[in-house]
Amino acid sequence: MSLYNLLTSPMHSLKYYFVLLLCQLPLLLYAQGGLLDELEEASEGTEAPTESTFKGTRIVNGQSVELWDDGALGFIISHRFGRLNGGAYEFFGLDDSNIRLGLEYGLTDFLNVGIGRNSFQKTYDGYLKLRVLQQQSGTRQIPVSIVAFSSMAINTLRNDEQNPPFSSRIDYTYQLLIARKFSSRLSLQVSPTLVHRNLVELRENPNNLYALGLGGRWKATSRVSLNAEYFLRLNAETEPLYNDAFALGVDIETGGHVFQLHLTNTQSMIEEGFITETTGDFFSGDIHFGFNISRVFQLK
Amino acid sequence: MLGNHSHAQRYRLASCEVSFYSEAPLENIEAVTVDAQSAFDSSSGEVAFLIPIRGFQFEKALMQEHFNENYLESEKYPNATFEGELEGFQPDISEEQTVTAKGKLTIHGVTREVEVPGTIQPANGNWEMQATFPISVADYKIKIPKVVFYNIAETVDVTVQFTYQPDAQP
Repeated sequence: MSLYNLLTSPMHSLKYYFVLLLCQLPLLLYAQGGLLDELEEASEGTEAPTESTFKGTRIVNGQSVELWDDGALGFIISHRFGRLNGGAYEFFGLDDSNIRLGLEYGLTDFLNVGIGRNSFQKTYDGYLKLRVLQQQSGTRQIPVSIVAFSSMAINTLRNDEQNPPFSSRIDYTYQLLIARKFSSRLSLQVSPTLVHRNLVELRENPNNLYALGLGGRWKATSRVSLNAEYFLRLNAETEPLYNDAFALGVDIETGGHVFQLHLTNTQSMIEEGFITETTGDFFSGDIHFGFNISRVFQLK
Repeated sequence: MLGNHSHAQRYRLASCEVSFYSEAPLENIEAVTVDAQSAFDSSSGEVAFLIPIRGFQFEKALMQEHFNENYLESEKYPNATFEGELEGFQPDISEEQTVTAKGKLTIHGVTREVEVPGTIQPANGNWEMQATFPISVADYKIKIPKVVFYNIAETVDVTVQFTYQPDAQP
């Protein structure tokens, strides 16, 4: 029995009137509802920027579309331990640890600057993050947030034999971070990436390596989210010893801190390192446990 | 549209300030918004307001993010609303009078019947309304976990200040 049948059948005249009455109910309610309805009607379509696409400025290893607000200083302590398949002798990787200390600062709400130092290959890095577009709902909808990211990394590991010129120690990474918060739970990000290496290991390796980053989060509760991230290298045929970086993570937020715990096949915490020089094979157990802890200080 | 009210008695918001304050051991939490909508009918005493939750500005950006993301869930419940009337309101008195706003207050998707004492006074053809009242966060199912770095009080004091001007719309 459908509503259409009910309405067209003369046999159910009583029901017919009942349905008619039901149809008018919203009108009756509307006529009664007074001032608030008018206000609600007037406020419909108000534009609102979409915030908190991700909990942190990183999904796991890679950058997210999140920026620090104007005057906020983020201090990020990151660790990547050794491999889980190192076994009990290596205490499942915990004997071996790399640390990156980083500072990020909101020059404005749309421009951040960051510096860091990674013990892995004694690398310094500096970067800028610029928000180009912010996702927005309302009458003028913007479907995605877009952030431009540019970084420079300097490997300062001593190399007395080759003693390469300084410029050959520098690598650059450029990314366009494009993300959409589909719901309060689900956010996805695509990150077209270019890594320019001034010096490559072999003559046939390209100086410009292109990659596509894919990342996302599923917010399980208001304070916990599950993250995943993958960097697909697009022209790395001559670098079979390296793998694509993959990571699974959990973000836990507690007021002023965000704790990110993760499992990944890479040991570097700098774009050039994890995108182009990941050595581990995640699915044969070359998994590094790691974490990022970020703490915010409001400077102005 | 609502033909039974004369428009001369309808007022809309000229300016407003809505703030809340919560005293806590580690740091006090304070937020303010000037982005609200309200309408007032002086003939019937009916009053309604709608406050976009996202409009509240905090001193610290992260606090504001948590307020929206974790406590008020502003994506799901974008507005706080009130609909009711001013009991004891007399439109002819030209000085400050004490009234009680009685009606339905909706915050975080939870609607409760409330009675809020406040004052109203005429000023150059406008009306000025003020009220300060406590809100218990538990009443509106706003969950505050035990492990947060800044403690949050169980009740917050809300202050509203509305200035109304005659509705010019025909």
